[in-house]
Amino acid sequence: MIELENVAYSYGGGELLSDLSLQLGAGSFHFLTGPSGAGKTTLLKLCYGALRPTSGQVRLFGSDVTHMDRDAIALSRRRVGVVHQDCQFLDHLPVAENVALPLAVAGQAVPGQDENLRELLAWVGLTGRAMALPPELSGGERQRAALARAVIMSPEVVLADEPTGNVDWEMSQRLLTLLVELNRMGKTILIATHDLQLIRAAKAQVQARVLRISNRRLQTAGADL
Amino acid sequence: MKLSPATFRALAKGDKAADRVVPPTGFTARLTLFVAAAMAFLAVFALALSLAAGRLAASWGDELARASTVRISAPEGQMAAQTAAALRLLEQTTGVASARALSEAEQQALLEPWFGPDLPVASLPVPQLIEVIETEQGYDPAGLRLRLQAEVPGAVLDDHARWRKPLVAAAARLNLLGWVSALLIAATVGAMVTLAANAALAANAQVIAVLRLVGATDIYIARAFVRRFTLRALTGAAAGTALGIVAVLLMPAGSETAGFLTGLGFRDWHWLIPLLVPPLAAAVAFIATAVAARRVLGGLS
Ligand SMILES: Nc1ncnc2c1ncn2[C@@H]1O[C@H](COP(=O)(O)OP(=O)(O)OP(=O)(O)O)[C@@H](O)[C@H]1O
Ligand SMILES: [Mg+2]
Repeated sequence: MIELENVAYSYGGGELLSDLSLQLGAGSFHFLTGPSGAGKTTLLKLCYGALRPTSGQVRLFGSDVTHMDRDAIALSRRRVGVVHQDCQFLDHLPVAENVALPLAVAGQAVPGQDENLRELLAWVGLTGRAMALPPELSGGERQRAALARAVIMSPEVVLADEPTGNVDWEMSQRLLTLLVELNRMGKTILIATHDLQLIRAAKAQVQARVLRISNRRLQTAGADL
Repeated sequence: MKLSPATFRALAKGDKAADRVVPPTGFTARLTLFVAAAMAFLAVFALALSLAAGRLAASWGDELARASTVRISAPEGQMAAQTAAALRLLEQTTGVASARALSEAEQQALLEPWFGPDLPVASLPVPQLIEVIETEQGYDPAGLRLRLQAEVPGAVLDDHARWRKPLVAAAARLNLLGWVSALLIAATVGAMVTLAANAALAANAQVIAVLRLVGATDIYIARAFVRRFTLRALTGAAAGTALGIVAVLLMPAGSETAGFLTGLGFRDWHWLIPLLVPPLAAAVAFIATAVAARRVLGGLS
């Protein structure tokens, strides 16, 4: 699905990430941890083509991102659902329309989608807030809306950046269950998080690999978690 | 974004969802509408001016320059003889189609606007006028002048072309300036739409970022903006053109010869020309927004 080979990245100063290799195979479940500022968000951005590596190779579904034009990147986003750390929405449209935005943008908005949308919103517990505008949402509600938006296209890969950062334990369990369920349906999942408790809870449900960024490199975290 | 029929069909049909992704902007929308209307109004006048000047140049150039006058001032007794001599000479000149001495009544009619109807032309030492109509090729005025000098001492050739030429040139220049103005107006519309589109694209940077994150292609994003500005320019220009045409229609009527100002307007098929202003404004807005959008979007990661 997504492959990184000897990737290095720098924002202009020193290298933030170097000599980093990673393969997200179909149906795999990965966690990504590391101290704040280690480059988790940066790594995710490399994975969905928002950043291009300063050296090395990133392949999205088999094609090298350095050879993909803007439209090719845009089209690949329809196969990768992303939950951003700073969930951004179209602030003038209600939550329901924001969640359905990937469908509208892909020209796949169909009359029958309302039922799916309602179900999805119920799943993330936003039924009552469907007509609210994004600025009126709480931090946790924004993250749940972002997760719903990330999965509405039923993408092959879901990348989630701190998806449980602002929600209580119970809600984070629910979000995790949703992601685990998606993984059981064959989706590839990568979650960046600080929350070790969440990782432990996930390990009880799926076979998850834990990756850690330290000293600019990617390491597989031990079983001691 | 290409200027293909499919793009225009998509524009005309519209995409409600795509329109909604860009938040509405009341103030810039109204400004764009206003400028498009004002420019279309001016364009209609520039075109009317240009076409009227063109007609004037053509008619002065053709009819009037082909007629000239020979004026004979001679003592009472020699007038008839000199007139006859001049007519004979003119008839033998190549390039002269016909020459005719004006009758007393015609001369009186010519002088009437200046001296009133009661002027006894016969009793005054008024020069005799001979109207000379040239052939298509025309005669050689310098040669004719020399021969007249030799044979008819009292005759003066008044070659209208001499004083008309600058007028015809001025009218032709006015015609050109009218077209240049119309072009400048089109360029101004393009510049204005480019500025407005750039402002809209900058103001909606977050919207663009979000759309891109959820997989929108540049064409999808650009279309949301292009459609707006094209429709605004079309609507504004249509209103401006309508007002401009009404204003031209309200110009006091007068025959073409009555003067340049009353001739301002459109004749026959020329009425179709101002109708082209709104679609042209829309096309200019379309291209300007598409180019601006491509530039801004291309600069993003
Ligand atoms: N656009 C940018 N330009 C320059 N430096 C940046 C940019 N984005 C991030 N950085 C820097 O790169 C480093 C890694 O940032 P990143 O957002 O990837 O960290 P992170 O691991 O996601 O941190 P957190 O856990 O706090 O979200 C940080 O030091 C940050 O300041
Ligand atoms: Mg981060």
